Amino acid sequence: MIQITFRNKKFEVKDNITARDALKKIGIDPESVLITVNRKLVTDDVVLRQGDEVKLVAVVSGGSNQ
Amino acid sequence: MRCRKCNSSAVINMRHHKLALCGEHYGEWFVDSTQRAIEKYKMFDRDARILVAVSGGKDSLALWDVLTRLGYTSDGLYIGLGIQGDIAYSDQSLARIREFQEKVVPAATLHVVDIQETYGKTIPQIARENTRGHGKPCAACGLTKRYVMNRLAAERGYTVLATGHNLDDEAAVLMQNTLHWQTGYLARQAPVLEASDGLARKVKPFCRFYERETATYALVRGIDYVYDECPHAVGNLTNFYKTLLNQLENESPGAKLQFYIQFLKARAEGFFQAPADKTELHACEVCGQPTTAPGRCAFCRMWNITSAQSAVISADAIPVRGQDEFDDVEARVAESVDVSGL
Ligand code: SF4
Ligand SMILES: [Zn+2]
Repeated sequence: MIQITFRNKKFEVKDNITARDALKKIGIDPESVLITVNRKLVTDDVVLRQGDEVKLVAVVSGGSNQ
Repeated sequence: MRCRKCNSSAVINMRHHKLALCGEHYGEWFVDSTQRAIEKYKMFDRDARILVAVSGGKDSLALWDVLTRLGYTSDGLYIGLGIQGDIAYSDQSLARIREFQEKVVPAATLHVVDIQETYGKTIPQIARENTRGHGKPCAACGLTKRYVMNRLAAERGYTVLATGHNLDDEAAVLMQNTLHWQTGYLARQAPVLEASDGLARKVKPFCRFYERETATYALVRGIDYVYDECPHAVGNLTNFYKTLLNQLENESPGAKLQFYIQFLKARAEGFFQAPADKTELHACEVCGQPTTAPGRCAFCRMWNITSAQSAVISADAIPVRGQDEFDDVEARVAESVDVSGL
């Protein structure tokens, strides 16, 4: 299993699937997050392996420059 | 996926451009694309004195970074709104901006206008008084920020005011205005708004970048930005439209870009004209800033300002530092794609 962290939530998905499929499984819009695996930014075709540390970064931020 | 230029692992795949790039080549592409947008929309030239509105979020800090790397003279303006929530939002924002300024743009000036110090109350306080506690403070906040930006730009002789709005921001507003056929707003939505009647010239150099692109640039450059949104932005209409547009984008890559770019084209061809009977502007009888109705402007009314002196801004400017420090930092943040700070 792979653990995916997003904000303060944790999700689990099975390993050896692409990041894009993992996002689909946990219901997160791939357009709205960046994916980091072991602290590196990656594209969503990357295959997640057992032991990977997967963290999502929300792309929306700010609000006070509007 | 591999970088198109060097074949190392890509950090981003931009399906709408059919382009995947590694951290180093993405950074270059992003800076070059900004320069192309500045030229395409004739935003400003090398002599411009640019004031960048910085919030502490990824877009505005990335903008300050890119303009500096492109060799433009740009200073920052931070407006302290006094919005804390559970996350000390305003305090956290100022701390990040000061760190960024010292490390990345030490030769630039950071103007800090604290609303409570300047006008006596925080944004949530004045908003509560004006709406009797109903609704969000965004109307009071927007009015105050626009006023302060225009006024400071004029008082300190800046020729351009630059904001970090990205394509997702612009497309969300466009969708909102289109669904309501707000033709007046549509006529005025543009990458450049010319200066008029004491209002500063406004530009949005990031208007062609997707939000995920500005976020990626901030991470690739190691910019330590405020990850949280303003507590009042959570669940607002703009975010709702961003979510809808992203659903569309997933089904049809490039949909957001086309929606916005084709609008700009139609606008340039004259499909959205400002109404002929342009409302005449008057000078506010207290502060002199332009306003649509005779008498006091909306800002002076809301803040109950009655003398010209009390409308003036007292910005605390950080003194200029030497260029050598700057070079070190350029090297330090050069091509790191490590995001351990998150
Ligand atoms: S979301 Fe926050 S920063 Fe933006 S207008 Fe509303 S109160 Fe101001
Ligand atoms: Zn490369």
